[in-house]
Amino acid sequence: VIEPILAATKVDTGDTAWMLTATALVLMMTPALGLFYAGLVRSKNTLNTFMMCIAAIAVAMVTWWLVGYSLAFDGTGDIIGGLNNVALHQVGFEPRTGTTIPELVFMAFQATFCIITVALISGAVVERMRFGTFLLFAALWSVLVYAVLAHWAFGGGWLASNGTLDFAGGVPVEMGSGFSALAAALVVGARKDYGRQALLPHNAVYVLLGAGLLWFGWFGFNGGSGFSTGNNSVLAFTNTLITPACSLVTWFALDLIRGRRVTAIGAATAIIVGCVLITPAGGFISPAWAMVLGFLGALPCYAVIVWRPRTRVDETLDVLAAHGMAGFTGILFIGFFAQAAWNGISDGWAYGNLSQLGDQALAAMVAPAYAFGMTFLLLKLIGLVMPLRGSEREEALGMDVTYHGEEAYATGEGAILVSPESGVEEPVPVRAG
Amino acid sequence: VKLVIGIVRPEKANDVLEALYRAEVRGLSMSRVQGHGGELDRVETYRGTTVQVGVSEKVRFEIAVSDSFVQPTIDALCEGARTGEVGDGKIFVVPLERAVRIRTAETDVEAVTPVDT
Repeated sequence: VIEPILAATKVDTGDTAWMLTATALVLMMTPALGLFYAGLVRSKNTLNTFMMCIAAIAVAMVTWWLVGYSLAFDGTGDIIGGLNNVALHQVGFEPRTGTTIPELVFMAFQATFCIITVALISGAVVERMRFGTFLLFAALWSVLVYAVLAHWAFGGGWLASNGTLDFAGGVPVEMGSGFSALAAALVVGARKDYGRQALLPHNAVYVLLGAGLLWFGWFGFNGGSGFSTGNNSVLAFTNTLITPACSLVTWFALDLIRGRRVTAIGAATAIIVGCVLITPAGGFISPAWAMVLGFLGALPCYAVIVWRPRTRVDETLDVLAAHGMAGFTGILFIGFFAQAAWNGISDGWAYGNLSQLGDQALAAMVAPAYAFGMTFLLLKLIGLVMPLRGSEREEALGMDVTYHGEEAYATGEGAILVSPESGVEEPVPVRAG
Repeated sequence: VKLVIGIVRPEKANDVLEALYRAEVRGLSMSRVQGHGGELDRVETYRGTTVQVGVSEKVRFEIAVSDSFVQPTIDALCEGARTGEVGDGKIFVVPLERAVRIRTAETDVEAVTPVDT
């Protein structure tokens, strides 16, 4: 995120129009992620998986309104922001410092980032975590981890003032979610059938459609992270088209080499990986380097995707590979190939500025460590006061029926209407014990 | 020759397949069925509509075996499908009048004996 040196004092209508649109685009990414994730799980957990993403909108918007925004964006304290904007106090139509858009729009745009990051972590714990426990976790995580990392990278915290470049969220969103997901998978534990049975995606079309909608929304995510219609935004927008396309090419090639077939779910994953790779780097590297990032950056992510299922770690939907690893790669890539001629801010090592690589490497070490450690601790503490996961019986029955009392593919066969006229008045709860 | 019909929980179907494989029972069919066997109904709500669902998803195995394989097949079904909760399913064994292997026209015991490949 760039805070232009020229402090603008007036709201610009063009910038504001684009940022209103971009905010709506980013919000759409969360249901799109729900669709993507829902296709990757077994049919009996479709709704619960989707609902974790919907729940992220509910929970993270409230915490963002209450304290998240203030802690992330009030003031330039090194570690954490202040409390002057609690409950959006004084957040109104005046332009946000350093931008030409009303602070309300700025706040809403940033809120959608917090929301999708919370939703991303759910991928590590689907098909077994208790829904109620997830809601509490989401609320606490959005403040204790997301707001802190967002302050470091975007809000004038120590990483930003140190010179670390992160255009659209390699630190808080991608590494934040990816390494938190790893911690969550370790604390919550594997699904009971993991490693014993084949647990397959139940609808690859959802996965492709979700990936497509995510990509569409990502134009708002990256293209909006310059808070304007300026050059950096245009560059980030265009790179968001280029990098995922190149990741797809690499993924096709790797699939061909490894299995002699190009897979659909692989392609959907490649789109996400490409979008994540360009997220931190979007406004800082040339379109040519964006292509290279897409082609080469997909390699470490593919390696993690192949390696992870061979471990006992049931990081179910590979948030670590697709977000943590890709975000890590993108953040480091800036250190090598940022180009002041394109971004107007800083060069990377390849253009004679070695110190930029140091700043990027620092972020790539500290952000994962904080996200992993804090999430691990948080879930351990929550685990002391309430169960993190459902019983084995509930897991076998499926999360949809257990926690939502609905099925994704209800046929209506054998369903008796419960109404006063039908004489069936007392609902008999499903016995899960 | 007998037909062994096993109706089991869908989430235990893979365990049953594994147990049958270990018991060297090779030929089988399976299908998704819905049924009711004394377990409690579950309640589902879709907006304002609340329903009580009296049937649950099950998987039905049909396995034709020679008499000496009946007990191993039953044991495998029980081993794979049992959780101890209501709703684990049933096994029915019925006499089979004839069995024919379509490819060779072999009948009865020969028809249900796996071919070495």
